[in-house]
Amino acid sequence: MKAQTFVNKHKREFSLTLSYIVLLVLVALFAPSFFQLANLRDLALNNAGVLIVACGMTLVILTGEIDISVGSQFAVCTYAAGLLAKNGMSTIALICMVILIGAAMGAVSGILVPRLGIPSIVATLALMVIWRDMLRWGSEGAWVQGLPQNFQWFGLGQTYGEVLVVAIAIGVFAAIAWCLQNLGIGRFFYAVGSDSEAARLAGIDSRSVKLNAFLIMGALTGLAALLNAIRFSIVPGNAGLGLELKAIAAVVVGGTAITGGRGTVAGTLVGVALLGTIGPALTFVGINPFWEKAIQGAIIIAAVVSDVAMTRFSTRQRFRLAN
Amino acid sequence: MDQHNSSRVILRLRNISKSFDGVAALSSVDFELLDGEVHALVGENGAGKSTLVKTITGALTPDSGTVEFDSQTVSNHSPAFAKTLGIAAIYQQPALFPELGVTENISLGIEKPRTWRRINWNASRFRAAELLRQIGSRIDPDSEVQSLSMPEQQLVEIARAVGAKARVLIMDEPTASLAEEETQNLYRVIDSLKKDGVAIIYISHRLEELEVVADRVTVLRDGAIVDTRMMSAVSREELIRLMVGRDLSLVFPKRTATIGKAVLETKGLSCRLNGVQNVDLMVHAGEIVGLAGLVGAGRTQLARTIFGLEPADLGEIRLNGKTVDIVSPRTAIELGIAYLPEDRRRHGVVLEMPIDANVTLASLDKLQKGITFDRTKEREIAATYVKRFAIKTPALFSPVTTLSGGNQQKVALSRWLETRPLLLILDEPTQGIDVGAKAEIHALIGELAAQGTAIVLISSDLPEVLGMSDRVVVMRNGSIARTFDRSEATQQDVMAVALGHQQMVA
Repeated sequence: MKAQTFVNKHKREFSLTLSYIVLLVLVALFAPSFFQLANLRDLALNNAGVLIVACGMTLVILTGEIDISVGSQFAVCTYAAGLLAKNGMSTIALICMVILIGAAMGAVSGILVPRLGIPSIVATLALMVIWRDMLRWGSEGAWVQGLPQNFQWFGLGQTYGEVLVVAIAIGVFAAIAWCLQNLGIGRFFYAVGSDSEAARLAGIDSRSVKLNAFLIMGALTGLAALLNAIRFSIVPGNAGLGLELKAIAAVVVGGTAITGGRGTVAGTLVGVALLGTIGPALTFVGINPFWEKAIQGAIIIAAVVSDVAMTRFSTRQRFRLAN
Repeated sequence: MDQHNSSRVILRLRNISKSFDGVAALSSVDFELLDGEVHALVGENGAGKSTLVKTITGALTPDSGTVEFDSQTVSNHSPAFAKTLGIAAIYQQPALFPELGVTENISLGIEKPRTWRRINWNASRFRAAELLRQIGSRIDPDSEVQSLSMPEQQLVEIARAVGAKARVLIMDEPTASLAEEETQNLYRVIDSLKKDGVAIIYISHRLEELEVVADRVTVLRDGAIVDTRMMSAVSREELIRLMVGRDLSLVFPKRTATIGKAVLETKGLSCRLNGVQNVDLMVHAGEIVGLAGLVGAGRTQLARTIFGLEPADLGEIRLNGKTVDIVSPRTAIELGIAYLPEDRRRHGVVLEMPIDANVTLASLDKLQKGITFDRTKEREIAATYVKRFAIKTPALFSPVTTLSGGNQQKVALSRWLETRPLLLILDEPTQGIDVGAKAEIHALIGELAAQGTAIVLISSDLPEVLGMSDRVVVMRNGSIARTFDRSEATQQDVMAVALGHQQMVA
């Protein structure tokens, strides 16, 4: 009974996981070399940052908003990390600083959107351009080069560093999943996204809940940027380009309603895995990688369509109950 | 042959059955509707009224049985075909395009514009104005629908149905959001439609208005028709008995009110934003104060001001003798005020959330355990309320959308009881709820008052206000017009004051 309850509550996550397993089986059949350790390691590393950002994005989307400025926030944070490292800031201070910068940028969205009532897609579109152009102006388009040795992998060496990056991503995921379930604020994210007026009438300050979502999103973007910066000895000016799309796609594929109020980070995790696997897998199977984006697009559409179908199905069941 | 032109059968359902997943929603229903009659359809929520209506409008295909319109069997019924036959339905929530104007809304309902054909706006506007005039409304055809009040939107829908030459008009709880004055106007509209030979199916929970408006009444219970009677030949008590299949006392719970000290006291309370003006209101522990008045008289606005949704800019609020400054719902809740809002489906509950989360939403602080909250206790609390109020649900984690209206209201009420309020403001707590659930909610309100909760009851249902309240406060234009004691309040007097005819009241 209890297990059935669990499955019922997480139907979406289960069906998604199932499709991911099917994908893995197909890949195993047609391109077993995909499962080489080196490849899996690359995969994990490349998607660690995406997962962190997508977890933050899940929170924002749960409240019924969206933040498309995360790619630019990521770029600013990466650049700041590089610059601070080059100026010899201590590791701990640097970590705090970069996360704070991210949180500050998130707070700007979080204040503009609910306080001034600007639709989040417009406000964060503007911020996306503003952050990116501020960076271009400040850096004059130059890359940060010659980062100090002890900054790379935080001086832990590549092996430990890589483990650390992946562990942090998983840790962030677990923490957010836990908080959503067990903290009051988690409950509030859902309530506000489902109906912000109903939440207000229950005494929830939806503006501060939304501010929190954007703020956490920014801080997590800062963290992801930091984990990306320590992997290389240079910081390019175009870091994080298209990151917002990757994150939003993973969240939507993961079954979170784009209108808010429904979804889990577990779904987002599978979404990140699915979208992150499909590209490299194509290469291994021998399909022209030019198809990658098209197939990702198809997956997003399939996810949304199945979501709509599921909602319709349950509405019909509801109708039966109500009658 | 028919003696009267008006007794011709326009719509006939024969032996209609429909089941969902093996559960019969309608079983062998025979129903006939005459030209120019108002035929009331009553039954508890879940009795099958909406399934019956959907069968008539073609939104549902019955498993068996036939629909006959004008003595012709309708095959391949669909909403579009219903429209061409002249079957129109007006639902509780107006189905209009809020961003479009009145003219556009009426025109779209009458004829679908051709994709590439130019629209003759002048003619459309003229026609809209004519139709509105015909039903006795002075709505400006150029106004945007979202700027209209709920009753006005309903009139737009009626105008649209009249314009579409509707021969059968289905009205689902048309007066649910109307005050007495607008209801009277609606009756006039219905009367003139009747004279034009339009047959009307009228669904309502307010039995007293059926006595005024309906010619015949059909009672549905558990998907079957119990009886069809002439309205003039059936009493209210008998109707209720037919609906519930058991004797149900019409009497409101008798209470021996032990009224305590003043809980809420407002002095000169005003809010420019919502029009509340200079309100002095006093509510004692254990007392139920009914707020009567027309829609728009400022009852909901007063509640919203006390609850901090639209904070006051003048005057003061005292709780238990202490002056308080209520700037947000948060502060109101912390001070012990609870507000059950009017629009249950939209604001009373969070529809997508499970029952347990809904119940504890306003009192999560109390479940705090370290930095997290106690989920086991949460489930226990929710389970207690589900049991205490007999909330019908498959599971505690079921989203509230899956429940019926009465059960949703019980969940909403549970949420506020869990905050253990000093003052409970109920805004139309029984609107659109079936008779059985209504009685349960009334009993519950009485019980709460007996436990010492101060209660403000806002209701447009006069018998409810008069039956439940210790004092009845009548509002008009944002202010208190008069206060009646329970013993001296009568429906006529309260209504006269609400309408502004003070002089008629002794």
